[in-house]
Amino acid sequence: MTALDTAPAPVRVTSGASWWSSVVRARELGIVLALVALVGCTTVANPRFLSGQSIRDILLGTSILAVLAVGQAVVIITRNIDLSVGAVLGLSAFTVGSLVQDNPGLPVVVALLAGLAVGGVCGLVNAVLVRYGQVPALVVTLGTLYAYRGATYLWAGGQQITADELPRDFLGFADASLLGVPWLVVIAVVVIVAAGVLLRNYRLGRELYAMGSSPEAATLVGIKVGRNTLVAFATSGALAGLAGVLFAVRFGTVDAAAGTGYELNVVAAAVVGGVAVFGGSGTVWGAALGALLLTTIGNSLAVLDIDQFWQQAIVGALILLAIAVDRLVALRTARALKTRALKTRALKKGGSHVD
Amino acid sequence: MARPDATPLLEVCDVVKSFGAVAAVRGASFPLYAGEAHALVGENGAGKSTVVKVLAGVHRPDGGTLRVDGKPVDFGTPGEAKAAGIAVIYQEPTLFPDLSVAENIAMGRHPTGRFGGIDRAAMRREALALFERLGVRVDPARPARGLSIADQQIVEIAKALAGRARVLVMDEPTAALTGVEVERLFAVVRALRADGAAVLFISHRFEEITALCQRVTIMRDGAHVSTDPIEDLTVPEMVRRMVGRELGALFPKQDVDPGEVVLEVSGLRRAGVFTDVTFQVRAGEIVALAGLVGSGRSEVVQAVFGVDGRDGGTVHVDGRAVRAGSPRAAMAAGMALVPEDRRQQGLVMDLSIQRNVTLPRSGALAGFGLLLGGAERREARRWTERLQTKYGDLGDPVGTLSGGNQQKVVLAKWLATRPRVLIVDEPTRGIDVGTKAEVHRLMSELAADGVAVVMVSSELPEVLGMADRVLVMREGRVVAEIDRADASEEAVMFAAMGQGVVA
Amino acid sequence: MSTDRAPRLLSRISWWDAAIIVVTAVVLAVAAGAVDNFGTGRNFGFLVLDLLPIALIALPMTFVVITGEIDLSVASTLGLTSAVLGSLWNRGLPMETIIPLCVLLGAVLGAVNGLFVTVFKLPSLAVTIGTLALFRGLAFVVLGDSAVADFPASFTSWVTGTIGTTPIPNVLVLLVLLAAVAGVVLHATPVGRAVFAVGANEQAARFSGIRVDRLKFWLYVVSGAVAGLAGVLWTLRYSSARADNGLGLELAVVAAVLLGGVSIFGGRGALPGVLAGVVLLATLQNALRLSDVTNEALNVVTGVLLIVSVLLPNLGRSLRAALRRRRHRVVRQT
Repeated sequence: MTALDTAPAPVRVTSGASWWSSVVRARELGIVLALVALVGCTTVANPRFLSGQSIRDILLGTSILAVLAVGQAVVIITRNIDLSVGAVLGLSAFTVGSLVQDNPGLPVVVALLAGLAVGGVCGLVNAVLVRYGQVPALVVTLGTLYAYRGATYLWAGGQQITADELPRDFLGFADASLLGVPWLVVIAVVVIVAAGVLLRNYRLGRELYAMGSSPEAATLVGIKVGRNTLVAFATSGALAGLAGVLFAVRFGTVDAAAGTGYELNVVAAAVVGGVAVFGGSGTVWGAALGALLLTTIGNSLAVLDIDQFWQQAIVGALILLAIAVDRLVALRTARALKTRALKTRALKKGGSHVD
Repeated sequence: MARPDATPLLEVCDVVKSFGAVAAVRGASFPLYAGEAHALVGENGAGKSTVVKVLAGVHRPDGGTLRVDGKPVDFGTPGEAKAAGIAVIYQEPTLFPDLSVAENIAMGRHPTGRFGGIDRAAMRREALALFERLGVRVDPARPARGLSIADQQIVEIAKALAGRARVLVMDEPTAALTGVEVERLFAVVRALRADGAAVLFISHRFEEITALCQRVTIMRDGAHVSTDPIEDLTVPEMVRRMVGRELGALFPKQDVDPGEVVLEVSGLRRAGVFTDVTFQVRAGEIVALAGLVGSGRSEVVQAVFGVDGRDGGTVHVDGRAVRAGSPRAAMAAGMALVPEDRRQQGLVMDLSIQRNVTLPRSGALAGFGLLLGGAERREARRWTERLQTKYGDLGDPVGTLSGGNQQKVVLAKWLATRPRVLIVDEPTRGIDVGTKAEVHRLMSELAADGVAVVMVSSELPEVLGMADRVLVMREGRVVAEIDRADASEEAVMFAAMGQGVVA
Repeated sequence: MSTDRAPRLLSRISWWDAAIIVVTAVVLAVAAGAVDNFGTGRNFGFLVLDLLPIALIALPMTFVVITGEIDLSVASTLGLTSAVLGSLWNRGLPMETIIPLCVLLGAVLGAVNGLFVTVFKLPSLAVTIGTLALFRGLAFVVLGDSAVADFPASFTSWVTGTIGTTPIPNVLVLLVLLAAVAGVVLHATPVGRAVFAVGANEQAARFSGIRVDRLKFWLYVVSGAVAGLAGVLWTLRYSSARADNGLGLELAVVAAVLLGGVSIFGGRGALPGVLAGVVLLATLQNALRLSDVTNEALNVVTGVLLIVSVLLPNLGRSLRAALRRRRHRVVRQT
């Protein structure tokens, strides 16, 4: 570079990192605080809430929801949505249930892989319709939500697979643990960590954020948007399939209605966890925390002897609260940036631009 | 400067591109040499943006070839164009608002470290090194959201440099920049040029072209007109080639005796945007709001019309107060606003010409609350004909018209409301020279008929040619009021830039 | 690029409208010929009662989707009004008071959506997914999983009854009336013009003096009120107030609206197409049910139709574009 002496003086130094990350951290901190408060209040009212069995229940419930929420977060980050996860869970649970019913000797690992495969295929169908059919994800997954569920009903009819019909090894997996931690929880943690690291530290993950942040810019910068969309939906589908196996293991009873209405809890977990509905921001850690919060609320309702029917209303209220808070934070951020811009403009003092 | 012997870094040979029945580019050819800035000029609709998109790999040409280092290439995707060393900087930068500046620069080719993961420290170092090379300081860790357009363009250039781009295509990069920012951008571009990059520069501003470029290609109606070294062309000659004919009088201002005060704005204030704006406009007067881009002119007229709210001050039309924050109240008082951004604010592109023209008046045109089409069609035909708008059918979507005819539809839409106060914001931006003259004549006629006209314009000749009075804004305040007799380029510029700074 | 695509898109809409009406007619004819009992007057009554809630809610939904928004909470609003209706009846309020209260409740629930969308400027998709859960949850809070069934016969028989001795159901008159009003408002009044303008370019609509937020707010209120009315009719038809009434109905409504040629992106659509979409959907479901397909399995059809209604026009468009490109190349090479 030779001509740099013509460059004018450096214009400004902006510090964005500190306050920005503090905003993001505040969200996850907020959930943790809410959790602590909730657990505290419930325990005061009923000390049994902190018993080993109760904690185990919460963690097992959370693992299924968290696996789903991680997949949902991946999709929402790309500015899409996957409403079909509950139906995919049902289809996978019934498929795997039938599979192990017919092949009692099947290792659990194979069952898990089968669930992943069933879900992955469902996710790929969603992705192909979104990407190559140019149909908005909302419409596609609302449609496949009913299509997958309907297909499960067509196949299963009124049939129910009960615990007696499932092999002992398969059901035993629910109680088995690794160093005292239930396998379900281990699997969920592995999923969260793997997805979290992938999204934060790998090109693919960063490209997913980029696609959600600005789809046009993503195309212009040469990101393989089609491939990444396939990856995102296949991930969400596969994780829903995995969750289906966990569901079958945990509850031991599977019929065509398994996981009905789960999509609301899953979207709620992601949104409450700070995954912005319009893509580009949020983390799977947040989504997993959201899942933990929702599950804990459900369990504390039971412990506090409050009508279970409140659960769904609370989920709805939390969604509204979360997006309203996001909006508020975004507004405040924008205002802060604007004031800063005005200050710097005042410092710069004009220009020579009437033409 | 002429280098007929050298192989161009990039050569565009007889490129053809059509969309449906419309031929957007019919044979564009020009060479881009290393170390040269090359201007591409032409009226709106001449096909410049299509050429840019072909170079960017967004559109595939229907015919003709692109050559990089003399070898023919075929870009199927933007990624392939990037890989060939072509970087495009659009008028509206395309950054990822949620991601950090460093990551925006690295996107698509992140530096990787252990286990194939991203090396964030290297990413940050790279961004800092690039900004140092460009002579600017932007925090690499901050998110791109909230950066000024100028800083966003700097980040785009850093992106291009990081991608080892040798050809830099800039599509009207200066349209939204202030003078200081333009200077900084030019300094960066000159440095790149000196470093052996080829630059394709698109602009409507001739002084920028002559200041920066060594070669000019002129396009008209999608066809290639000429390519010459800049010193072989005068500005009037460039204009002649762009429009293909000699120009008549651009500013047919009629002299009128101003009547009563129609519009009275006093103490208008909007926190952080403008403050203490007071002015009056009489019937038959054309008052121009001049000033730098970003001085608050558009914001003032939008607050006057009620599209934006206001934090203080009053607006009166014919002595009656107009409610804040309500375009409907402003319209009822007799105001009309032809906004700055035709595509986003002025028109609903997907709706028909007829629906667009009658949109503000649909209530008045309804009989017993019903709109059965006849009244709307008559009204639309009457006003579009009066403005000599060229169209196929009133039912065609307005997006199918050329820029100039679109602007006429916007004008028709607002003239149909028979305004007492007509506010026009950049009335001739991006329209061809012929239509420009028509718009000026129209404004002049309206004033002669007793309409009070407020005109926001960045084109100094337009301001001086059309206005009875010029109000100059700087940093959200009206800093000068200059009568037609005293108005000169120097006077307006001096006021607009404030004391001490001379262009 | 958009400049030359627009007119074709426009012609696509009317083409789609025509196509959907033809398909509906064909399906009706085939069903009448091939499915036992489909063509009877009794079944006609059932068909109308089946499509009534979908058709009613689809009317305001058409407006909402054309402005570029969506309301997924309608089925939950229906459920909540149904639950409240049952609960109020249990408390001994007269039906004449309960019904207007329920419609009013629907309007208030719609206003909640409208408030979040217009005042807090939140995305309607997220808001109405939230209220979908909230309203349904409140319905269960109100009525639990019990049902109220002892409604007065004078009301239930009006809903299921026909005009005199004709096979024309009473509710059909109500539906036709409301559809006519909606059609005229959408296609021949300033409000309708504003709806299209807002959906196609909200900012330009605002610059043209259209009060965008007000318009959207009232559309949500109407959407809620109509869903409330649908809740009342649903409850009386089955003589059963339950918290899970109309569960999942939002899918059928959105499917019918999109099937009817309304663009999910806003700005385009027409009411006749939507009504044809409703009839098509309801006819398919009715005919399949008569052929002993279960309700749950019927959802496959609804889901697939929803996707196809958006997919098909898209595919048609890309196909035409591809053909055009090829033609161009051929022309250039010769």
